[in-house]
Amino acid sequence: MRNAVLIDDADNVVVAIEPISAGSPVAYVDREGKSFELVAADDIPLYHKAARCPIAKGESVVKYGEYIGVATQDIASGAHVHTHNCMSTDGLRAAEEVDHE
Amino acid sequence: MNKTFNGYRRADGRVGIRNHVLVLPTSICASDTTERIANAVEGCVSFHNQNGCSQVPADQQMTMDAMAGFAANPNIASVLAVSLGCEGCQNDLVVDAIRQRTDKPVETLVIQQVGGSINAVDEGIRIARRLAETAAAEQRVPCDISELILGTNCGGSDTTSGLGSNPLIGEVSDWLVAQGGTSVLCETSEFFGAEQILARRAVTPEVGQEILRIVKDYEDYVHLFGAEMRQGNPSPGNIAGGLTTLEEKSLGCIHKGGHSPINAVYPYAGQLKAHEGLVIMDTPGNDPTSVSGLVAGGCQLVVFSTGQGTPTGNAMAPVWRLTANRVTARTMADNIDFDASAAIYGPQTMVELRDAMIDELIEVCNGQLTCAEAIGYTETALPHLCNYM
Repeated sequence: MRNAVLIDDADNVVVAIEPISAGSPVAYVDREGKSFELVAADDIPLYHKAARCPIAKGESVVKYGEYIGVATQDIASGAHVHTHNCMSTDGLRAAEEVDHE
Repeated sequence: MNKTFNGYRRADGRVGIRNHVLVLPTSICASDTTERIANAVEGCVSFHNQNGCSQVPADQQMTMDAMAGFAANPNIASVLAVSLGCEGCQNDLVVDAIRQRTDKPVETLVIQQVGGSINAVDEGIRIARRLAETAAAEQRVPCDISELILGTNCGGSDTTSGLGSNPLIGEVSDWLVAQGGTSVLCETSEFFGAEQILARRAVTPEVGQEILRIVKDYEDYVHLFGAEMRQGNPSPGNIAGGLTTLEEKSLGCIHKGGHSPINAVYPYAGQLKAHEGLVIMDTPGNDPTSVSGLVAGGCQLVVFSTGQGTPTGNAMAPVWRLTANRVTARTMADNIDFDASAAIYGPQTMVELRDAMIDELIEVCNGQLTCAEAIGYTETALPHLCNYM
């Protein structure tokens, strides 16, 4: 049973569709229906994001196949992604500069 | 082979999915009259035009564009343009504006010239009946899906909109673009924070600049009234609900446009083209006003995602509504055409859901009524920039 949604196959985060406890599986499918599973590293509240893979500090956080923010610290696979480790930058250009550092 | 639907091929080359006679009020002072005429004759539609008089030039032009666009929409077989007589949007000016877009039959009626409301209703019913008889002879013929100009809109949104229904619309939009059709993304007020992402998807730097310009113009406009688009966004409630950045919030809305490149930016009610891929129209976020801009641009069909469930339709085009909120799908079933909750909870894949949605939309193109059509919900609203004079 899926308990998270992958909106776009290019995304590095998934969205919890029920509260997920740390240590529990995060299960989702891709666009074609192929199943994936990882382990939640933190508690993931309902409709919050979990990292689908490790995201290094400075890398883009990708949802909808697009940049939604930049990682402000290294994020482990399965970790909760939110304001404590992801932030908007002032426009895409600034984010790309961070990416290229 | 492309999918087809049975539509009305008009003399001006466009393809409609409905066959209405539009009884068009050129101002608010003609609106009660047109309502009575349209109610009296099967096959006619009308709406309450709040505008058409006492407007600054920019607003009068936008109202003229919208009226000309409604008349030119291929869902409309013919038009009876009704004016009071002394309004800013004079009957002959409106007819000229319609003629710049289409050569379909247009009849006119001026209330002050035929001796008041009751005579105008009487005369209007006779004219409308003739137009409706002629329109009824039109036959549906097979048309390629690439003739479709599909508007996409959202309203009464909640978390499920960005998570399920808007990504599903994006899938359908990308599919239609691949078939050679046109898909229209709108609601400029929802672009804030993601305008750079949209601009990057523009086919030329000029189109990208246009995207940035309509967002800046919108922002400058609301500043005139002390309002603010970005500040406090995402809201504390959004953040508690899992949205981290404004980009993320806006993408949840604009993902209705899928991943296709953006080929053009149109002003409100601007004349859209078939076979143009993904384009943007500059409309406000207000649902009926935004939908009216799409329909004036020539969209034959509007798909509308909702989270909490909204009822609005349009007089000239079907508005087909989906939700990915499984509670809303049940509690607002009167107003929901498609339960898209499987986009979130499964078991179907997005590709399977996309194909199911396309099949449903083709049935609507073929004449199946949407919820809003079936219950006669036709709210049609026009924007105005400045207060009335």
